Amino acid sequence: MDYELVIGLEVHTQMKTKTKIFCSCSTAFGRSPNENTCPVCLGLPGVLPVLNKQALEYAIRACLATHSEVQEISQFDRKNYFYPDLPKGYQISQFALPIGLRGHLDIQVDGVQKRIGITRIHMEEDAGKLIHGENLGVSGKSYIDFNRTGVPLIEIVSEPELRSAEEAKAYLIELRSILQYADVSDCNMEEGSFRCDANVSLRPWGQEEFGTRTELKNLNSFRFIQKAIEYETDRQAKILNQGEKVIQETRLYDSDKGITFSMRSKEEAHDYRYFPEPDLPPIVVNSEWIERTRSTIPELPEEKRQRYVAEFKIPEYDAGVLTAEQDLAHYFENCVSEGAIPKTASNWIMGDLLGRLNKEGLGISNCPIPAIAMAELFKLIDKQTISGKIAKTVFEDMYSTGKPAEQIIQEKGLVQISDTGALEKLVQEVIDANPGQAEEFRNGKDKLMGFFVGQVMKASKGQANPELVNKIIKEKLT
Amino acid sequence: MARNRTGSESLNVSSARSQRFLFSNIIMHRLTIEQAVEGLQARKFSSAELTQAIYDRIDKIEGSVSAYIHLTREMAQQQAQDADRLIAQGEKKPLLGVPIALKDLICAQGTRTTCGSKILNDFVSPYDATVVRRLKDAGAVLIGKTNMDEFGMGSSTENSWHGTSKNPWNLERTPGGSSGGSAVAVSANECIAALGSDTGGSIRQPASFCGITGLKPTYGRVSRFGLIAYASSLDQIGPMTKTVADSAIMLNVICGKDPKDSTSAEVAVPDFSQALRQDVKGMRVGLPSEYFTSGLDPEVEESIRKSAKTLESLGMEIVDVSLPHLEYAVACYYIVACAEASANLSRYDGVKYGYRSERSETLMDMYSNTREEGFGKEVKRRILLGTFVLSSGYYDAYYLKGQKVRTLIKNDFENAFKQCDVIASPTAPAPAFKFNEKTGDPLQMYLSDIYTISANLAGVPGMSIPCGQSSTGLPIGLQLMAKHFDEETLLRVGHQYQQNTDHHLKFPSL
Repeated sequence: MDYELVIGLEVHTQMKTKTKIFCSCSTAFGRSPNENTCPVCLGLPGVLPVLNKQALEYAIRACLATHSEVQEISQFDRKNYFYPDLPKGYQISQFALPIGLRGHLDIQVDGVQKRIGITRIHMEEDAGKLIHGENLGVSGKSYIDFNRTGVPLIEIVSEPELRSAEEAKAYLIELRSILQYADVSDCNMEEGSFRCDANVSLRPWGQEEFGTRTELKNLNSFRFIQKAIEYETDRQAKILNQGEKVIQETRLYDSDKGITFSMRSKEEAHDYRYFPEPDLPPIVVNSEWIERTRSTIPELPEEKRQRYVAEFKIPEYDAGVLTAEQDLAHYFENCVSEGAIPKTASNWIMGDLLGRLNKEGLGISNCPIPAIAMAELFKLIDKQTISGKIAKTVFEDMYSTGKPAEQIIQEKGLVQISDTGALEKLVQEVIDANPGQAEEFRNGKDKLMGFFVGQVMKASKGQANPELVNKIIKEKLT
Repeated sequence: MARNRTGSESLNVSSARSQRFLFSNIIMHRLTIEQAVEGLQARKFSSAELTQAIYDRIDKIEGSVSAYIHLTREMAQQQAQDADRLIAQGEKKPLLGVPIALKDLICAQGTRTTCGSKILNDFVSPYDATVVRRLKDAGAVLIGKTNMDEFGMGSSTENSWHGTSKNPWNLERTPGGSSGGSAVAVSANECIAALGSDTGGSIRQPASFCGITGLKPTYGRVSRFGLIAYASSLDQIGPMTKTVADSAIMLNVICGKDPKDSTSAEVAVPDFSQALRQDVKGMRVGLPSEYFTSGLDPEVEESIRKSAKTLESLGMEIVDVSLPHLEYAVACYYIVACAEASANLSRYDGVKYGYRSERSETLMDMYSNTREEGFGKEVKRRILLGTFVLSSGYYDAYYLKGQKVRTLIKNDFENAFKQCDVIASPTAPAPAFKFNEKTGDPLQMYLSDIYTISANLAGVPGMSIPCGQSSTGLPIGLQLMAKHFDEETLLRVGHQYQQNTDHHLKFPSL
C-alpha cells in the first residue's frame, strides 16, 4: 500500500544572549568544564531564578519573525524528571502558556510554495552534558559539565504539515535563515545551537486521521534529518505492509549505521508533572513592547527574495541563493547600492566570488574583498572599461593582494581599448597582414570574423573592446 | 545540642563566667535588640562581651534545650570585634554588635546549612542569603544555626535529623516547629533575636509555644534568595524576637525588593519602628467565628477573648468577621505545599553535594538509595503526596482544585478586611504538646497549624505574640493578621498590646 508521510518538527535553538537565562553566567562556547557556572545554574540549595530580559526579547523576536502571536501573558512551568545533567531535578520551561502561538513560514520545494504552520514557541533552559569516563580513559566514572545548564533556548514546534523529507529539510533551512536574519540565534549546528527532533508517522492516502508516530532524536545535521526520516518512513511502511502496528516510541538516529533504534516506549515515557514555576511571576509583555520590537525586525528572507526579483529583475533562483544567508544578501545589496548593475553583481557573486570562497572553505563574512571594493570592479565591467575576461584576472589579483581594481588595472595596463582611432589602426594592420583571408571574407565567408577579432585581440594583448573591434572589421571588409 | 551529630563544633557546658557580665543589674543575655543597641552605643558593654555572654548562656543551658544545630563562634567573635571597632568610630547601624541566630535553612557563606536533614548534613553554603547579607550590613553578629524540622516539614522539631529541641517552659514538651530551634533560642535567651521561616505557621506556632513574638511578613516582603525552599509560593522569612518592637527593627533590616528574588515585591518600605508609636484608637479588630470552634482548647480561647478585651480597652472596636473556607485550609495547604516541595527537593539526588548512598550499582539505585536514606519519614511522605497530586490524571482533581480553593481563601481575607483592620485569633489550638504525642498521627500534627496556614495561602502577614499562660504554665499565643503589606498595622497593634500587658516580659526559669 502507498502511504502519506506526516512530519512535525520540534526545533531547539539557542538564543544569542551573552548570559544564561536565569543567572549572569556566560554562555560562551568551548570553555573548560564547569567554568560557566554559579550557585544559581548549579541549582544549589536556596537559589532562585531571575529571567534574563534579553532572552525574553529574543524570544519575542523569534515569534514576530515567524508570524507567531506574542502572548501578552505567558508563564514558566517546572518540567520534573531526574537526570544527572539536570541539577534542580526539573527544567524550567513553558508548558500551558508559551510565549508564542499560531505562526507560520513558507517553504519552496520543486518550485511549489507551501505554508507550514507553527504551533507554538516557548522558552526554556538547556541542561548540562554528561561525559562518560570511558571517553577520558577513566572507566566506571561519569562527569558532568554544567556549562550549558541554563543556556537560553526556544523550542519551535511545527504543525504536522510536512509531507516529505525534502519539505522537512526546506522548513529547517528556512527557519534557520529566519532566526539568523531576526538576530535571535546563530543557529550553529556543530555547537548545538540549532537542534531538531522529528515526529514521523504514516497514513494511507486519503485517510484524515494520523497514524501512530515515532519521535526521532539526535538529528544533528540537515543531511541526517533527511536520512533519518527516509529510513523511518521505510521502516514504518514495512511494518504497516506486514499488517502490524507502529509502536509509539522515541527513537535515536545512528548516523554511522544510518538507522533509527528504540530509546524508550510510550509506557516508559516520563510523566513530567508540569506545574507553574512558583519562583517566577507570569511574564507580561505589553503591546507597546511588541510593536517596538516588531519595528526592529529586519526584512526577512522571503520578503527579500520577492523584492530582489521585482526590484533588481534577477531570476528567482538567484534571489534564493543571494538571500539564503543574511551576510551574503548584505554583500550583494552593498554592491548594488555602490552603483553596480544588479545582474552583474549577482552573476559575479554567485559565480566567481562564492566559487573562490568555497574553495577555501570561507563564508561571505570572511571575504577578503569588501563589498565596496568589489562594486568598483563590477562598475568597471559595466562601463566596459575592462572586458569580462580581464575582470577575472583583476578579481584574482584583488582577492590575493587586496589592492583596489583601478590600481591593478593601472599597474598592469589592462584598460580596455575603446579608442576608435587606435582600434582602426590595429584592424588595418591585421587586414594588411592577412590579405588572403580578407579577400575570402569579402566574398562572404562570415566565419572568418572570429579569426579577425581573435587576431586583433591578440595584437592588443586582450585589451581591445571586442564589440568595437567587431564593428570596425565589418565596416572595413564590406 | 542533640545526638552529637553536629559535626565540627561541640558545645562546651562549662564556665560560670556569665556572672561577670552583670552591668548595673543588667543580665546581658536577657536584653532585647533595643536594649542591646542602646547599651552598646552607650558603651555599657562591648559586642564582644555581649556575644560572650550569649555563648556562656548557650554553654550553660544548651544541653537541656538543644536549640542549635551548630554554632559559628569564630565568625561571631570576628563580627563582634568588627562591630566594636565601628562603635568606637561612632558608627550607628540598626543591629550593630547584636547577636542573632539563624534557622538552619538560611544560607550563610562558609557555614553548614543542613535544613535539619541528613541529606544536607555536610552542605556548606558558598554564598550568603540576601537576608544574611542585609543582617551583616546592619552590623549583626551571627552566632549559630538553629534546629528545625527537616526542610521545615513539621510542627514540633521532632522531624529534625539532629534530634528535637525542648520547650524551655517545660522540657517534656515540644517547642513547636518548624522554627522550633529559633523559638527556643530566643525564649531561653540563647540569642538576642533570631530569624525563622514560615510556610504554614513555622514562625508563629513555635513563637506561641515558647512565649515569644514571631512575625511572618507578607509574601514578597522579604527576599527568599538563600532560603532553602520547602514550598516556594508560601515560604517567607521573618523575625522571632522578645518583643514586637524588636520584630520591627529586624523587619526594617531584612525587607525590601531583591533583584535576586523575582517574587520579592516592589512596594514602599515604611519605617516599621516608626509605625509602632501611633495609637490604635478607632481601629477595628475582627474575630473570625470559624476560629473559635470545638477544636479549640478552652484555656486558649479564654486568653484570646481576654486579649480582645484588652485591645478594646485601648480604643479598638471588636467586630465579628468570617473566614468561611478555613475548614479547607489544611487540605489545600498540603496539596500546594507538597506539590512544590516534591519539585524543590528533587535536587537532593546525591549527584552534586550532600549525602550520597554508597551502596548503589546503577544511577537509579543511587537516586533511590540516597533519597531513601537521606530523607526522613515526613519529608518522604510529603514528596510522595506532592508527586501524586501533580501526576497525570490527578492534577486537575488535586493540584488545580487546590489552587482554586487557595483563591477562595484569599478572597475570604479580602472580604474580612473590608470590615476590620486586623484579625485576631489563637495562633494554635492548644499550648505546646508533649513529645511523641502527635508523631504517630500525621493528621493530628497537621491540625496544630490549622489557624496559621491560611495566612500563607492568602499571602497576608501574620504575627504571634504571647497573651497568657495555661494553668500548667505554658505560653499561649495571640495571632494577629493584616492586609497584604500592612505589617505596620500588625506591629502597631502588637506593640500597643505589649505596652499594656506583661506576657512578653516573662522568661522560662532555666
